[in-house]
Amino acid sequence: MRVPLRPLARILQARQDGVNPDQIEKENLRIRHEGMREKSRGRAQFRLLILCVTFVAAFATIGARMGLMAATEPVEPRTSAPGAEIVAGRADITDRNGRILATNMTTHSLYAQPKVMVDPKGTAAKLAAIFPELDAAALERRFTDGRSFVWIRKVLSPEQMQMVHEIGDPGLLFGPREMRLYPNGTLAAHVLGGASFGAEGVHSAEVIGTAGIEKALDTRLRDPAQAGSPLTLSIDLSLQATVEEVLDAGMTMLNAKGAAAILMDARTGEILVMASLPTFDPNDRPSPLVDKDAEPGDSPLFNRAVQGVYELGSTFKIFAVAQAMELGLVTPSTMVDADAPLIWGKYKIKEFDGHNYGPLLSVTDVIAKSSNVGTAHIALMIGPLRQQAFLKSLGFFEPTPVELIEAPGAKPLIPKKWPEIVTITTSYGHGMSASPLHLAAAYAAIANGGVMIKPTLLKRDGATTGVRVMSEETASESVKMLRRVVVEGTATLGEVPGYEVAGKTGTAEKTKKTGGYYDDKVINTFAAMFPASNPQYVLIVTLDEPLDTTMSEDRHTAGWTAVPVAAEIIRRVAPLMGLRPKLEPPATDAVTAASN
Amino acid sequence: MRPVLYILSFLALIALGFWAYRENYATQAALKDVEGLRSEIAGLRESLAVQRAEWAYLNRPDRLRQLVDANFDRLGLMPMEPSQFGTAAAVAYPAPKMPEVSFTTDVQGTITTEEGL
Repeated sequence: MRVPLRPLARILQARQDGVNPDQIEKENLRIRHEGMREKSRGRAQFRLLILCVTFVAAFATIGARMGLMAATEPVEPRTSAPGAEIVAGRADITDRNGRILATNMTTHSLYAQPKVMVDPKGTAAKLAAIFPELDAAALERRFTDGRSFVWIRKVLSPEQMQMVHEIGDPGLLFGPREMRLYPNGTLAAHVLGGASFGAEGVHSAEVIGTAGIEKALDTRLRDPAQAGSPLTLSIDLSLQATVEEVLDAGMTMLNAKGAAAILMDARTGEILVMASLPTFDPNDRPSPLVDKDAEPGDSPLFNRAVQGVYELGSTFKIFAVAQAMELGLVTPSTMVDADAPLIWGKYKIKEFDGHNYGPLLSVTDVIAKSSNVGTAHIALMIGPLRQQAFLKSLGFFEPTPVELIEAPGAKPLIPKKWPEIVTITTSYGHGMSASPLHLAAAYAAIANGGVMIKPTLLKRDGATTGVRVMSEETASESVKMLRRVVVEGTATLGEVPGYEVAGKTGTAEKTKKTGGYYDDKVINTFAAMFPASNPQYVLIVTLDEPLDTTMSEDRHTAGWTAVPVAAEIIRRVAPLMGLRPKLEPPATDAVTAASN
Repeated sequence: MRPVLYILSFLALIALGFWAYRENYATQAALKDVEGLRSEIAGLRESLAVQRAEWAYLNRPDRLRQLVDANFDRLGLMPMEPSQFGTAAAVAYPAPKMPEVSFTTDVQGTITTEEGL
């Protein structure tokens, strides 16, 4: 209700008293204004309060939500489209035709919670009966010493799991496990390497590669984005099996300690076969040797094809000759000094078995007869610097770039200084060491018309470009010389009718740890390519300490050991690759006879 | 007028609530269904992987070689050899057609009959 500013009764009273009635109006106005101010302040305070409450509520909501999200277990979104990639954690490995070399299998691990165990003693005894490698007493001790968690087995087979179920103790629990499986057993074991468990939990464990390509390409194999697409190797399973079979038979027959073979496509650099014997089963990888005196080559884990860094002997001669031809120093028919022995300072360069092929020998015959002295003279024409540069371009100074974890560690052994005597010895493959894979890559360069291509274990699509290390003419002349070695030289046992094998033998004595060479321990190598008219494949066969005892006298030169093994490999493998033998065209009479 | 509007909006509210309730449960059922299917797919994938591994294991070259050796008398399989390649020239042409026999011949002889025929 509005109060009048000039209430009549008071005005009249004031007039009577002689007071200014305006005073009353002012007084009333002041009171009214005061009331209005009070009211608006109250309203403003109320608004501030509302605002405050709103903000507090908003922040409290956000805070509570954040707390909730941080505290709760993450849940997979249920409404999103189902991904097709809920597959194995580690990608499969297949050969070039898609046949499985490594895959995963779901199995279970076994662990125990002793606190909830009903009968620790009986359970331990029953477990030991199922798993012979477990010790009942030790197991019982671990079950009863107060710990609350015990790992028992990393992987179980379904039968073993059923047997453990039948024990029926509530303290025995299973955790799912993804296990790496190599269905082909020992086949290509050195390429694949092996896998084991990394970080382990009850619900899962990560599978990590321990050697070979499994370790070298671990990141690719574990990448969830690529888990669905298998890793395709350049290896061919059928060829690998055939080569391993023949190589194993050859190794047994020739009493060799070890053997290695590499079959490579010269055009693409793809390694079709990489075998190293003795081998192992990657499903049950043996532990590395701990004996300090043992040579690494004694372990089956040792990959001779990649890690076997040895002097490769006369197989190197073709590089000196090819370079001399490339530089225009010699032609295949040039006669060079081959008068043995060659005296160089305090060294005496001899031929095998004390022969003398001299006084003069054509360059082709230097290769065909494998003359050390002839090669030495050719190498001296080239000189140390150019020789080093050429061998470097062929990749002999670096580890091979192949996709194995062992490859970068297998460095070739290069002499620190390179005087002329090293030039001479290197020209026939002594004094510097390299692996069979180095040799395969270098021979592939010759077979590929002088273009060096990086060897690989992964399947390549189509041809690849490489670096030219020699002219096409030099390469083709070199192949012709290597063909002569098989036709009439040191590798006549390597002839396979129809496949025009070309190649070079090499026999190198093993070096003693104490220095010097063994007389009777040799490494025999045969480096071959076929067919010579259009080389497509390169094959390296290496035998470690072979001895041919089939004849009256024991022989350990490559021509009698590695060469026949290589010939048998080519005979078996070439038809599998669809390589048609070049045979004499049938006589026309025969056709007439067959037609009617 | 106003009460009618109130009643109508109240009815609409009930209808919408019923619809939302049903949709909610239908969605949950569908999600459950999807989850079931997904675990079924995972299970099938797993058994597919096992069968693939089994197939690779049964077809490993070692075993095939043993089987071939064991059944040599029946199958007679040998490793592939270069001599097994043939040339087109070595394939015989089909034999030319012989003219059909168009004349009849008299066959002379005696026919003996057995008793009872």
